[in-house]
Amino acid sequence: MSEALDRRAVVATLLAGRDDLLVVSGLGSATYDVAAAGDRTENFYLWGAMGGAAMVGLGLALAQPTRRVLVITGDGEMLMGMGGLATIGASQAENLSIVVLDNRSFGETGAQASHTAHGTDLALVAAGCGWRETRRVADQAGLVGLAAALRTRALFAVVEIAPGEKPRVLPPRHGALLAARFRAALGISDP
Amino acid sequence: MSEPAWPDEVFAVLREADIQQVGYVPDAGHARLIARAHAEPSMRAVVLTTEEEGIALATGAWLGGARAVLLMQSSGVGNCINMLSLAANCRTPLLLLVTMRGEWGEFNPWQVPMARATEQVLRAAGVLVHRADHAGEVAEMVRAAAALAFASREAVAVLFSQRLIGAKVFVAAGEKL
Repeated sequence: MSEALDRRAVVATLLAGRDDLLVVSGLGSATYDVAAAGDRTENFYLWGAMGGAAMVGLGLALAQPTRRVLVITGDGEMLMGMGGLATIGASQAENLSIVVLDNRSFGETGAQASHTAHGTDLALVAAGCGWRETRRVADQAGLVGLAAALRTRALFAVVEIAPGEKPRVLPPRHGALLAARFRAALGISDP
Repeated sequence: MSEPAWPDEVFAVLREADIQQVGYVPDAGHARLIARAHAEPSMRAVVLTTEEEGIALATGAWLGGARAVLLMQSSGVGNCINMLSLAANCRTPLLLLVTMRGEWGEFNPWQVPMARATEQVLRAAGVLVHRADHAGEVAEMVRAAAALAFASREAVAVLFSQRLIGAKVFVAAGEKL
């Protein structure tokens, strides 16, 4: 059994060299992880709206069909928006991927065990919602494979990460600023 | 009874407003609009499992340069409250078309509490509210709401009153309620 994956290293690996990728992060640690990998205007960080990350990703993916969209979120945030997996599965969006960083706990609020610690397998849920490709990743080889796959196609992945909080890396939290700079990065005029 | 014209008028207004994504939770009052959206190549109709998904969908659409509308019933407004913080924080436009249940001649008492709260809940969450009671004012109201939402970047709801839509019929005519 290899050592459990470190969440910061996971996100850094997934985002390395991905300058074309549009990234949406779910509130809490996933937002800090994406910020820690380097703030860029093509990142849209959620600081709230728990359960909304995947569906923000869908709206973006449908609006930008030629770009790849990646939602990075935690198990707790994904659990709250689980219905969105059915909505996205039904949409068959070809350019939207979701990576769930699964530490089996609600880290932001005191590390209470989440449903994934008690049997919920979000990859199975996604498969049951019609996602064509789902996978679970638990080691470095799997992570490298996932990073490569994300460059080519839409998939849903659960990455099993080590428990424990990291020092917070805080991106801007002014939503209007985040939205405006994101749109500017896409060349959308805002008269 | 002939079909009312206003759903087609609303659809025409949504086309004029360049709406590209239509998030909806199935609803009899919006059935015509939903069918038209599915048949329209310039629109993507997205069936949601719960209304709050649509707030997030519309936020993502705006981030990507597209405009969305959400269709729901009054009962769904309560499901959206925390997600409305997206619009408040990000100044992303939001256009909600809400068919009212639980008011004019309602048969089902379970619809009434949320109907009573709908307008206040929306306003409390920062949404501007218009209310259409007559067929002749619907299209103009949706047009104005779309302009307010997308030009001024506000969250705007248009409530389609149950009097306008007609109360859902549960029992045969003449049968005692």
